[in-house]
Amino acid sequence: MSETKYIPKSKFGKWFDSRLPLLTLSHHLTSYPTPKNLNYWWTFGGILTFCLMTQIVTGIILAMHYVAHTDHAFESIEHIMRDINYGWLIRYVHSNGASMFFLAVYIHIFRGLYFGSYKAPREMIWITGLIIYLLMMATAFMGYVLPWGQMSFWGATVITNLFSAIPLIGESITGWLWGGFSVDNPTLNRFYSLHYLLPFLIFGLVVLHIWSLHIPGNNNPVGIDVKKNSNETMPFHPYMVMKDLVALLTFILIFFGFVFFLPNVLGHPDNYIPADPLVTPAHIVPEWYLLPFYAILRAIPSKLGGVIFMFASIFILMALPWLDSSKVRSSSFRPIYRKFFWVLVFVVILLGYLGAKPPEGIYLILARIGTAYYFIHFLVLLPLLGRYEKTDPLPMSIADPVLHKPGIVDKFKEMAGSYEGENVGTFK
Amino acid sequence: MTKKIHTKRRDFLFTATYTIGAVGVGATIWPLIDQMNPDSSVKALATTEVDVSNIEPGTSITVLWRGKPIFIRRRTQEEIKEASEVDLKDLKHPEKDSDRAKNPEWLVMVGVCTHLGCVPLGEKGEYKGWFCPCHGSHYDTSGRIRKGPAPINLEIPKYEFVDNNTIKIG
Repeated sequence: MSETKYIPKSKFGKWFDSRLPLLTLSHHLTSYPTPKNLNYWWTFGGILTFCLMTQIVTGIILAMHYVAHTDHAFESIEHIMRDINYGWLIRYVHSNGASMFFLAVYIHIFRGLYFGSYKAPREMIWITGLIIYLLMMATAFMGYVLPWGQMSFWGATVITNLFSAIPLIGESITGWLWGGFSVDNPTLNRFYSLHYLLPFLIFGLVVLHIWSLHIPGNNNPVGIDVKKNSNETMPFHPYMVMKDLVALLTFILIFFGFVFFLPNVLGHPDNYIPADPLVTPAHIVPEWYLLPFYAILRAIPSKLGGVIFMFASIFILMALPWLDSSKVRSSSFRPIYRKFFWVLVFVVILLGYLGAKPPEGIYLILARIGTAYYFIHFLVLLPLLGRYEKTDPLPMSIADPVLHKPGIVDKFKEMAGSYEGENVGTFK
Repeated sequence: MTKKIHTKRRDFLFTATYTIGAVGVGATIWPLIDQMNPDSSVKALATTEVDVSNIEPGTSITVLWRGKPIFIRRRTQEEIKEASEVDLKDLKHPEKDSDRAKNPEWLVMVGVCTHLGCVPLGEKGEYKGWFCPCHGSHYDTSGRIRKGPAPINLEIPKYEFVDNNTIKIG
């Protein structure tokens, strides 16, 4: 960072910081320069940190009462819900917290897509973010298995069977994942172990994610480089901290709206039926946040093909900084990309809707069109747009779009008039 | 000249050290990976005997073997006829019905869809055999895949008739 070197004031501070520079780190984090034009879409990083902490804290508490055994898992969840003091609250915060975590991460990812935050020099922020997202999906999937309801069991069966599509070694991989010939007690036990581990790996990656962010600094809605420590930036504390808090409190209102009033609306009622390896529920669906990928899996009329396309739809995002060759970051100055961005948002939501529907008739046809479009967007449209799109002229500084709006001076005069009355004539 | 010899000697030592190190790391990691494979107690439960004397033609039972459902169906003459008359060219995974059911009246299959492992529903689907509700695979009266994403026919486990009324699976 280009900040001035921090020197602690007290003698003890100097002694301590020269041995373990926590004070320097704290100074760096509070004075970290942020572009002053960051909008509320930039508050989701803080919200996501809150989500991760909430999941870890509630999860550690749930682990004190949960029993990872096929004979007891379902009952221990009911025990948490009915007998443990505030068990219902802690479990509903944890289960809805997973959904809220994904809601926030999807907004965060689409923010990155709209404002081109994945472009040079921020590729590593994007890639560490995607690894976090992959780990989140693995963690959420394994967590959903733990209550050992019907959806837990059959979700685990379907997802682990994805690996049986791999030629030659597929069968050995599923046996290795299960620790048996089907999803059973060994599977539940190892999923519990890994479900406890992965959040801490996510935490480690979040540190790398923020570290790689603090090297180039934040992107911003205009997408041009800001001059650090100029009048274009503000220290993170208190300015961004306060803005993040406003957004966080709003987010918490929605979060606890679900926890208190609709705690089961995002889950599936079948998961309140204990797991039965002899009966598959009539309609298996994953949690809502995995539905677009589930739709892609089912859109391909071949087992191996479906699995390949599903994984490709996630891994293709890793290559995004190189697929999108346009030098302009923000969609505000990319008139054509901006339209395709919204088409992509629509297609992903549509795929999510189709993932919850049976794979037949019009649903299947639309899922195939959606899947094709998803890949065309990244593999064809983005490289072509980078080459042929005529972008709008970029402003010289992040203040320009605000200051050089037509009529802005008149507006200032008007505002000044209402505050200063007669003295407005002196305002030029 | 001496220097050159020394470099070669050092290269050899490095390569040898890396090799031994890699073998050591591999040998250390293998138990940590292999512990997740099916253990001896799981493998020990490998056979199940089933009494089939109460099954009427046109009905089936489902038993659990190695944690997986096994369909045992006593087929009607119509079903056998339908299954044996199918042209092998129409099949995605061509297998003769006579190879799948040694005794044509009895069809014993692993009741796990070969797509992603759901349990198909009996006497359903376009071919009156089994239908998987998860991703829409249709199986015929011999348990062969006819339509949908499943790549192969329902698996036939190893089984034998111990006597007229008992099937030993595994």
